[in-house]
Amino acid sequence: MGIRVDSSKCSGCGICAKGCPFGAITIEDRKKEHPKFKRIAVISPACTLCGACVKACPFNAITIKKEEKKPTEDLSIYKGVWVIAEMSEGQFHGVTFELMGKGKELAEKRNTYMGCVLLGSGIKEKAPELISAGADKVIACENQLLKDFYDTVYVETISAMIKEYKPEIVLLGATAAGRGIASRISGRLKCGLTADCTGLDIDSNGFLVQTRPAFGGNIMAEILSGNNRPQMATVRHKVFKPLEPDAARKGEVIDFSMPEGIDRNMNIKEFVKDVSQQVNLADADIIVSGGRGVGSAEGFEIIEKFAGTLAGAVGASRAVVDAGWIPYSHQVGQTGRTVCSKLYIACGISGAIQHLVGMQSSDVIVAINKDRNASIFQVADYGIVGDLFEVIPAIIREIEQSGN
Amino acid sequence: MDYFLTEEQKEIVEIASLVGKEKIVPVMEECDENERFPTEVYEEFAKSDLCGVAIPEVYGGLGFGAFEQVLVVEELCRYDAGIGLALAATGLGTLPILLMGTEEQKKKFLPGIASGKTITAFGLTEAGAGSDAGAMKTTAVKDGDSYILNGSKCFITNGGDAHLYTVIAKTDPSKGSRGASAFIVEKGTPGFSFGKKEKKLGIRSSSTREIVFTDCRIPKENLISREGMGFIVALQTLDNSRPGVASQALGIAQGALDDAAKYSRERIQFGAPISSIQAVAHLLADMATKTEAARALIYQTAKMIDAGCKNFKKEASMSKLFASDAAMEVTTNAIQVMGGYGYMKDYPTERRFRDAKITQIYEGTNQIQRNEIANALLKEYR
Amino acid sequence: MNLIVCVKQVPGSTDVKINPETNTLVREGVEAIINPFDLYAVEEAVTLKEKFGGNVTSLSMGPPQAAEALKETLSVGVDEGVLLSDRNFSGSDTLATSYTLARAVKKIGEYDMILCGYQAIDGDTAQVGPGIAEELGIPCVTYVKKIREVKDGVVILERMLETGFQVIEVKLPVLITVVKDINTPRLPSLRGKMKARKAEIPVWTAADIACEMDRIGQPGSPTWVRKIFAPPQKTSGRMLSGEISQQAKEITEELKHLQLI
Repeated sequence: MGIRVDSSKCSGCGICAKGCPFGAITIEDRKKEHPKFKRIAVISPACTLCGACVKACPFNAITIKKEEKKPTEDLSIYKGVWVIAEMSEGQFHGVTFELMGKGKELAEKRNTYMGCVLLGSGIKEKAPELISAGADKVIACENQLLKDFYDTVYVETISAMIKEYKPEIVLLGATAAGRGIASRISGRLKCGLTADCTGLDIDSNGFLVQTRPAFGGNIMAEILSGNNRPQMATVRHKVFKPLEPDAARKGEVIDFSMPEGIDRNMNIKEFVKDVSQQVNLADADIIVSGGRGVGSAEGFEIIEKFAGTLAGAVGASRAVVDAGWIPYSHQVGQTGRTVCSKLYIACGISGAIQHLVGMQSSDVIVAINKDRNASIFQVADYGIVGDLFEVIPAIIREIEQSGN
Repeated sequence: MDYFLTEEQKEIVEIASLVGKEKIVPVMEECDENERFPTEVYEEFAKSDLCGVAIPEVYGGLGFGAFEQVLVVEELCRYDAGIGLALAATGLGTLPILLMGTEEQKKKFLPGIASGKTITAFGLTEAGAGSDAGAMKTTAVKDGDSYILNGSKCFITNGGDAHLYTVIAKTDPSKGSRGASAFIVEKGTPGFSFGKKEKKLGIRSSSTREIVFTDCRIPKENLISREGMGFIVALQTLDNSRPGVASQALGIAQGALDDAAKYSRERIQFGAPISSIQAVAHLLADMATKTEAARALIYQTAKMIDAGCKNFKKEASMSKLFASDAAMEVTTNAIQVMGGYGYMKDYPTERRFRDAKITQIYEGTNQIQRNEIANALLKEYR
Repeated sequence: MNLIVCVKQVPGSTDVKINPETNTLVREGVEAIINPFDLYAVEEAVTLKEKFGGNVTSLSMGPPQAAEALKETLSVGVDEGVLLSDRNFSGSDTLATSYTLARAVKKIGEYDMILCGYQAIDGDTAQVGPGIAEELGIPCVTYVKKIREVKDGVVILERMLETGFQVIEVKLPVLITVVKDINTPRLPSLRGKMKARKAEIPVWTAADIACEMDRIGQPGSPTWVRKIFAPPQKTSGRMLSGEISQQAKEITEELKHLQLI
């Protein structure tokens, strides 16, 4: 292992143990006598070599030596930044265009092309849309088997494409579908994959620098996977900006034929659309969430009305989902959905940390709560102390008046 | 205070606490408000094996004793004394079988109780026979292989919700208290019905109901011990159950102390937490001392019982007397510490205050307890 | 039905923050919990066992202390736990972790279903479940919110997507990752707790599960953390004041000004 505690320097003070985000350091009695210190830091296998302890140690007693891994193949043959397009019901998912915006920028920095992978049945006429959104190449695979989203079929096809064309970077949306196939592709190709990136850049070595939040957004980490190709990452919806579509852009369409003999190994019997939600949380620009302060299932009507006025989605805290006032699909927070809307309005939500981690990366947060000391106000950009049943109608009135 | 609990005892407290936090807390306010007996929470007690703690392993229980039962009741009542009472009152209703039942009765009834499928109740009190139990009117007349019960019992905890009732009735009214006998009556027996459901000040999530016998025929196998032993069964049951009711009071007191101490550190007045005001801090100190003294008395009494000690009547009464008075005092002062907020339903403290009162009254009023203590005490100086 | 459930011991996520002045990590308390999503996987596995018979094994990779998490699974009805612990596993990313867990699954041998929480709250990657399935070469269904039916070696599942759910029919063996909607985890029972305390959790090392050494730990991990830092601080918010109607007017104007509404 690459991490060492220098027993002659370690005083057993425990600062490193406190600073370890993974709880991987314990302070134990020394096995061998030391003239001064009875105790010593011991690093357990939970260590991820993140380096927090190295920085924290006042005695420079901890060192990490990364084994210098050499690439096992010539990396220079890998060229191009790819985005895997995601479609549902014949439309591209917004994240696809956002990834292309970022992908184009990365491709320019690497002096290469930006390619977009398009899979499906009857999708060929969609290629120009991708080109006008910035794709230099569209690698398209047209096949009846790709009509429905079968993980395995997508994994097999995309892996085969990567093996053939050798892109250096592959980006996918961090959607339910994208996350599932990304992991399987990286497993198949034995390359690095970083989930839910909020920032992507190229460093001086030409490696992809992937920035992502950890511990519910309390910490940011920069992750590299430069010794393997492709470097894969997933990115959430609404993190990056799409390019303005430009019909004048030129691009090449490459036809790829699906590998033979793929077993989809399952059968999608039906798709049941969730009708309880007009706007889905993950995609919503505006979310209005209700908590215990709403008082009852009936009380949610006012939240729904408010969301309706703003054309936003309805969210909820865990407490009210557990109480059965609203279905789980509306839950925002640690055991629900993590959202990053442009505007998040928390109504009658006290702000348990489990809720905060699910919404605090929203751009603008408005909190409405009776209790001035509620922790929701600590993450809010605007706080209103008051009964939501008085405040919300007043705001709705204000919006309706000013709208006219 | 460290009572040096064993690993198993710590686990019992941990499980009871988990059930309290996860299952009692979400429903306790609503149950109090609507006077609803939460059957679903009792099922959770059952799933967590809490119902069989004090029942021997051969009858499907966990084979622990009075002390472990006390730990469970205390911990549950820290959350809600009405809901915790469902388990404590089942303990009471089970005692006659456990203490004096025949092997057949134990084999037939205890496994159901241990698994939590059977809720039990104890029927002694009558409208005209409270502290003066000898004045009871309910009769049981032998008829071939059966007894026929007539009369009614009032204020029966778990009444209506319980599946099994241990009932004291007179088999020979001419013999006074020596003419009473104890019986097991199953819910659903023809002639066994339920009367008025009481509306109460506290323990509102517990059902308190009249039970009525009208020519209710039960098999003679359901007689506990022998004819004429009814009062002995009742007295032994109550002696053994007093640490249970005492631990209910203890749980209430501890819960109120927790509320008040926590509140005193958060509530800012005059620019500082009110806990820094000595008048408040002293109230808390007294509350904590009373609560801990009650706990020490109860735990030690329970340990006497588990050690097989025959003579614990005095200590059992002392536990019940002291803990229930402490619960009343501690809840009163907890509200005092919390001021107006303590009086409001936003905090659980006012509920604890209402719940505390009954512990000074039922299973022998505190006046009866003092009689018992004095009797036992003065015997020692004979 | 033989089931394997993968659990991860994680720090209560709220504990970790970065001190923005010194840029070092501050970790209050060291309480370790089972990843909440894994509890749903454990519950589902135990429910399936109760319905169809069989055996549930819980599997975790982590430091020796992670045995506690496995014991916790025993207290709610899991039959046995296996801990993968070896210094050589240190620095594993999701790919190396998936490989290691898959090796352990192979050693366990017979199984019909592997269940995982859909993601862990410390990493939020949702990558290890599918990664294990890939390594084992078995089908994988993520975000499962309901198991409708298990019959004749086929399972019918509901898989949650952003806009609704799919109904999927898949042959066993399969790996599923579950979301919260699937069940309500039971509390431990006293008997379970007592059994768990006495249980021995076997510890398997890299050698025990015949790992290729260049596929585990840091050498087997293509990704590495270059640095960690505090997220950009949010400028502290503003509390509005005045009459409710006044505040309503003000917030509406602010949001309009920001072009949010």
